[in-house]
This record gives sequence, structure tokens and C-alpha cells, in this order.
Amino acid sequence: MKSGSNLEKVFVNGHFAVTAELGPPKNNDVSVIQRKVDFLRGYVDAVNITDNQTAIVRMSSIATSAFVIQMGMEPVMQMVTRDRNRIAMQSDLFGATALGIKNIVCLTGDHHTFGNQVNAKNVHDLDSVQLINLVKTMRDEKTLMGGEEKFEGDIKLFIGGAANPFADPFEFRALRTAKKAAAGVDFIQTQCIYDMERFKEWMKMIRDLGVHEKVHIMAGITPLKSAGMARYMAKNVAGITIPDAIIDRMAKAAKGSEEGIKICVEQIQEVREIEGVHGVHIMAIEWEQMISKITEMAGLLPRPKVE
Amino acid sequence: MIKAEQKPFEEILEYLAPYNKILLSGCGACVTVCHAGGEKEGALLASALRMARQKTGKPLEILESTPARQCEPEFAQELSDTIGRVQAVLSVSCGVGVQTLARHFPATQIFPGVNTLFMGETVEHGVWEERCQACGDCILEKTAGICPIARCAKQLLNGPCGGSANGKCEIKRETDCAWQLIYDRSKSLGQLHRLTEIIPAKQWGVQSRDSGPRRIVREDLKV
Repeated sequence: MKSGSNLEKVFVNGHFAVTAELGPPKNNDVSVIQRKVDFLRGYVDAVNITDNQTAIVRMSSIATSAFVIQMGMEPVMQMVTRDRNRIAMQSDLFGATALGIKNIVCLTGDHHTFGNQVNAKNVHDLDSVQLINLVKTMRDEKTLMGGEEKFEGDIKLFIGGAANPFADPFEFRALRTAKKAAAGVDFIQTQCIYDMERFKEWMKMIRDLGVHEKVHIMAGITPLKSAGMARYMAKNVAGITIPDAIIDRMAKAAKGSEEGIKICVEQIQEVREIEGVHGVHIMAIEWEQMISKITEMAGLLPRPKVE
Repeated sequence: MIKAEQKPFEEILEYLAPYNKILLSGCGACVTVCHAGGEKEGALLASALRMARQKTGKPLEILESTPARQCEPEFAQELSDTIGRVQAVLSVSCGVGVQTLARHFPATQIFPGVNTLFMGETVEHGVWEERCQACGDCILEKTAGICPIARCAKQLLNGPCGGSANGKCEIKRETDCAWQLIYDRSKSLGQLHRLTEIIPAKQWGVQSRDSGPRRIVREDLKV
């Protein structure tokens, strides 16, 4: 075991893993975390704690993750390279593991100009591939970046990364995931999948490169709440493609939110059949209360108890 | 070359409010090429300033000069006599030129007339784009001659982020995605395999501005 996390154990025991996402509050109100945890506990193996996603200032992912542990769930702490240099990141990795955090997802992060601090100086001392490699070095070599002296104690982290099969250049997407595998990533969570054909094509490239044998691929799924949301995402979010067939289906449905859940469940069942897909990462954005229903309808319950 | 843009006119007027005789110094090098602070732009700015001040009833006398390269001491020295006859200098050269004058004329206030923007190239007449950030450790041999430090908004060294779509960057949709360019050029050079190599973290603290202003000393050239 690299980390001994529940998520790692679920994979090691050959189960199909399920993670969800929890966005920290835009303040210091712990009850928001509690409410979201109550929606998710028991329905997923671990929950991603986002790190100031879309560059909007929120409670830190490290503090939120620590609260999530206290509340009886396993966090997957996200860490972006946008806001911290290598000194801060290594320091936070010591702190996070001391707080009992066992999973991390290493990301570049949304550009700061999308958020509410557009005049910030962004950092990008490392990129996500380099951060993955940094965490692996701390875990496996017990040395800091560029250092030879070993430190005391263990940095037991199950290392995740992201992949977007829907951004361009498409031919480079699987190669980039292969680079993350070479850098030491243990699992990959993908961007939300709506274009299933393109996702299957990407998975074939992943298998051709042998990446699926080294890394657990988790398919990213986001339930649509309405046809309006689908149209907005298709038009405004770079790197997300939503086929017209899905938008039409949402538009024609009597109740968009119910149709969105149905589509989401079908997507989960479809990705489960793809060779090399070892789990799903369900990003129900500010809709955490639907996770219990989605996992139940998709036949993902009960979640395995692993030792 | 260095690219610059003239500062807002009102801002310049504000700097010069206390004075009635100044030197407006242009530069014959980079800012001439990007039409921000050459002889012609200096003359136009001087006329506009004179007119604006005339209207306020507090006229401004402006001497004009455009040394070949304001950032070179011998050219800066040429301005000595003129500077002795004015109360302040408005320099429309880049930030380097402004500081050269500041170093040589300790008793004279030197104001910047342009904002220095970047090191870039002319992509078409009237359009300039950033190309180099002077990181101090060139990696263009690894990235098919296209710099992700200067041209990727996140300075990614190992491939495009998830926001690259149809060859463009999600942050400024008129901007080419540097990694799309790197991918395309690597492909046409038959060098795609190079993109599978992990580029390690840069040593910012050794070569870049991050360890303070840099300096080159060439003993063989000293006199």
C-alpha cells in the first residue's frame, strides 16, 4: 500500500471506485461542510475537496479536508500550483499528511483571471506534472525537491491527477496522461464526459500506451440540471463538449433535472463497461444531495468495506 | 525587441503640472520600431502637451531630443547640456532608458511617458506579441522553438491545460494556445516523441529575476 487510504484499498481490491466533489464554503462556516458531508457519507469512497476552484476564494482545501476527516469521511485534497510555490506546497504536504489526509489530486488550477482576485500575481512555480513528481519523491524517496537529505516520518499519499480528453490538441491528451503516469500518478480523474465517443477514443489511446495498467482511470461525470446549463457549458466552458443529442434530450424532457440524473446514470453504466475505467468521479456541482440517488440508481451501492 | 505603449495623456499631464520647461526624450531603438517613443511620436506628444498646457494658461516649454539608444551611457551623456536647461525630463523610451537617465542625472526628475510591456515580435503591421520573458535558461530546444513560459498563461512546461480549444487559449480567446503551436510544430518537424519527455521544474531561483536583478560581467570586454 502506498497510502493505506480507503480509495486506494477500493482499487487494490478490484472494486469500481466512486468519488464525489465537495466545494468548501466561501467563508469559514463549518456547518456548510457538515451539510455536504451528510449528503455524501456512505455513498462514495472518498470526496474531492476543491482548492479555490474557478479561482474564487474559499476555505482552504487543507482545512476543509481536516474537517471532513473529523466528520467521518475520507477526503481527496486537491492542490493547485496556481497559488503556491514549491516551498509552500511541500510545507502544506507535511501539514496535510500530519492531519491525516491520505489522498491528493495535483492540478494546475483554473486561471486566476476567472475568479474574484483578477489582480493577483499567479505563481505556477511548478506545473501539475512536476507537482505529481514532487509528491511521489516525498512519498517514495523521503526527500524534498532537489534535496538529498531524507526527512523523518512518512508522506503517505495516494496521488491523483486530472485529464481532459475533450480539450485540444486531442492527439496529445493521452500522451499528457502518460507523462503524469511517468511522473508517478496513481489515479486520474477526467473532465466531465458528455461526448462518449471521444472519451472511448481517448481510452483506446490510453490502453495503446499501456497507461491503464499503471494508473486507475476514473471517468468524470457531471449531472446536468437543465437544458440551459447544458447550453451554457457547451458554449462557455473551454474544453467541454456536449453533443446536440444530449442538449435536445434535456430540452425535450418534461423535467430537466430528472432527465439530467437519468442521463448521468446511463453514462456511469456505459463508462463502467469500458476496459481500463476503474471508477467514476461524480461532480454534482452544488447538487451534492443528488449523489445518494445517482449512486443508488447506477447500482453503485452499497459501497465496499475494505481493509 | 522591447515593446511599449504611451501612457494615458492625462497621467502624463499630471506628472508635468509643476514644471514649465522640460525635455521630452525619445529613443531611436525599440520604441521607435513599435511606434511608442521614437522621434515622430515624441514630436506628436510634445505638440499635444504644449496645446493642452496653453489652454490652461500655464504654458509648457518642451525641448525635444531622440538619442539613438537612450539605454547606452554615451548617448545618454549627449543630453547633458539640454538637461541642464530644463526642470524635468519626460522620457518616452522603455523603462531601461528612463533608469539610464536617472542614473546619469541625479538632480533631475525623470518621468516615464510609456508603459514598457514586453519583449516581442511584429506579427503583422501594427501588431506585436510577447515572445520571451528572459527567464535566463532557454528551453526552446525542448519546445520546438515556441516558448511556453512567455506564451502560456500558466507557464506550463509539460503540455496544454484543459482549457485549450480549437487552437486557442481559454483565458484570451484571440491568443493561440502555446502548446497547440508546440504540438503542431513538433509534428511537422517529426519531433513528437520529444513531447513525451518530462521537463523538470525550472530553477527560477538560479537564473531568473527571482533572485534579484541580474548582471552580466564580461572581463574580456572591460576597458
